[in-house]
Amino acid sequence: MSEAVSDIAVEQAEGARLRFKKRAVDRLIDVVLFLFSILMILPLIFLVSNAFKTPQEMLAWPPTVIPANPTLDNFAAVLGQTPLLQWIANSLMFAGLSTVAILATSAIAGYILGKFQYKTLTVIFALFLATAIVPFEVYMIPLYFQAQSLGILNSTWGLLLGYLVMSFGIFLIRQNVIHSIPDELLEAARIDGAGELWIFWRIVLPLLRGALGALGVLAFFQAWTAFAWPMIVTTTRESYTIEVGLALFQTGFTVDLGRLSAASAAVLVPSVTLFILLRRNFVQGIASTGLKE
Amino acid sequence: MLKRKRWIFAMLAILPTLAIFAYVRMYPIADTLRLSLHKWDILSKKKPFIGLANFQELMGDRLFQEALLNTTIIAFGVLIITIPLAMVIAALIFHRTRSRFAGFYETSVFIPHVVSLVPAAMAWKWIFDARLGPLNAFLGLFGIQPQAWLFDPVLSVVCVIVLCSWQALGYAVLIYIVGFKSLPVSLYEAAKLDGASGPQSFWYLSIPMLKPITLYVSVVTLVSGFNVYAQAFVLASDAQGAPGRQVRVLVLDMLENSFRNYRVGYAASEAVVLLAIVLVLTLVQFTLLRERGARS
Repeated sequence: MSEAVSDIAVEQAEGARLRFKKRAVDRLIDVVLFLFSILMILPLIFLVSNAFKTPQEMLAWPPTVIPANPTLDNFAAVLGQTPLLQWIANSLMFAGLSTVAILATSAIAGYILGKFQYKTLTVIFALFLATAIVPFEVYMIPLYFQAQSLGILNSTWGLLLGYLVMSFGIFLIRQNVIHSIPDELLEAARIDGAGELWIFWRIVLPLLRGALGALGVLAFFQAWTAFAWPMIVTTTRESYTIEVGLALFQTGFTVDLGRLSAASAAVLVPSVTLFILLRRNFVQGIASTGLKE
Repeated sequence: MLKRKRWIFAMLAILPTLAIFAYVRMYPIADTLRLSLHKWDILSKKKPFIGLANFQELMGDRLFQEALLNTTIIAFGVLIITIPLAMVIAALIFHRTRSRFAGFYETSVFIPHVVSLVPAAMAWKWIFDARLGPLNAFLGLFGIQPQAWLFDPVLSVVCVIVLCSWQALGYAVLIYIVGFKSLPVSLYEAAKLDGASGPQSFWYLSIPMLKPITLYVSVVTLVSGFNVYAQAFVLASDAQGAPGRQVRVLVLDMLENSFRNYRVGYAASEAVVLLAIVLVLTLVQFTLLRERGARS
């Protein structure tokens, strides 16, 4: 009798010990992940903090996270030396138009390729797939000469030429159309006498809202962070995107790290905020790359 | 009649996208192939067909060899750092999915992947800076001599790898987390009943089962590694923009040949080499995936 009781006691103690161990391990993992997460964003935190530092404080060791004498001199200097706001406006315009173009082409092409079975379409889809493998860097030089012959270098249109379509966008929408829009729904509408255009506009598009939202965020960030193409298409200071402007600004003779940090922070803070707000959309879009065969 | 109408609608609807695709993707791709076989210089009027002469010249081109070597080292360097680290971090985040901080972990690991590259590179430039960078100051605590990180030909490649890995990690972690979520829970419970520890089930269950994802992430990481340009441009051009110190990578060499030396045909042949590398990597991925599919 007493033996059985002590057995149970032992088991309970053992259970409690295991639970305690598991909790301790979880705490440890939390600590590791927490430190790692901080480490990942630390360069960006310092960048923002450096933007407000005086040249003397920049040299301090250990580097301070919160500046002792915060100053806006760096920002004032940058705004005086560069058309920073113009660059931001250029980037916004470029990224906005690119998003619109990609959403429009992906929605229509994705729907057609997902719901209409014709041999011609299979061939077209294969063509889209094949070009998707080729990195942009491979064909950007001929594309540059096309932009030149159209006379749209140094303009939003020239930038846009490289970012009108996105193969991945078409695949994403096609997948969504196949999985989330039942054929019966479209057939029922057709029997009721609805036109194809009406069906696309009134039935298909509303059902694709989530997928298009995710794609839109991806497309916007893709254009906003583009580098190589804007670098070759824009050659006048007024037409730079923010990425190109900053990259070339930092090669200047008289530039110090404080001013560079200020310019960078001015770009970084809004885009990180936007990302955190749209995180769900973004993750959904990225996570659906390649995993669904 | 109705069927015919539907066909016409489909064709009319796909036409604009197809036309844009043809103009901004298919035509320039074909043009790259065509130019690579021509002596196509901006300055000269004659642009004769020269067969594979551009490629022959590439073989002996010192700068191209340097670019190819650097790019390969960077691509594989990023791969070697990113994949194992991403797998472990993703496993830990997945393990702590219910933690209050799970969102914070995911977001902070992913932020470097979405921020604009140039501002982010500025942050790293400061870290690596020889005179006022915290990295040298930190290493100084351990008695390590300050290094000229961004000027030394070897160390500057290391810096590019660090920056690229920092950026690539978030994407890989995200894909791995999706992968972990798709693994069958019952298998892990069975392993636990058999007395397997967490690290053991990670090693013997997760790693083998995540192989297709590892393959996918590896190819994506390698392909983007071979296309590295902005990172090398920003990080390794010093404040005075001194030439010659830059980490020469394929895309940089290609753009220089095209826009500084006006040798567009020659640059196109470099682009074709880049394309060939990417195609081989993609082919390897598909072959391995198919083999797997055939076996299981």
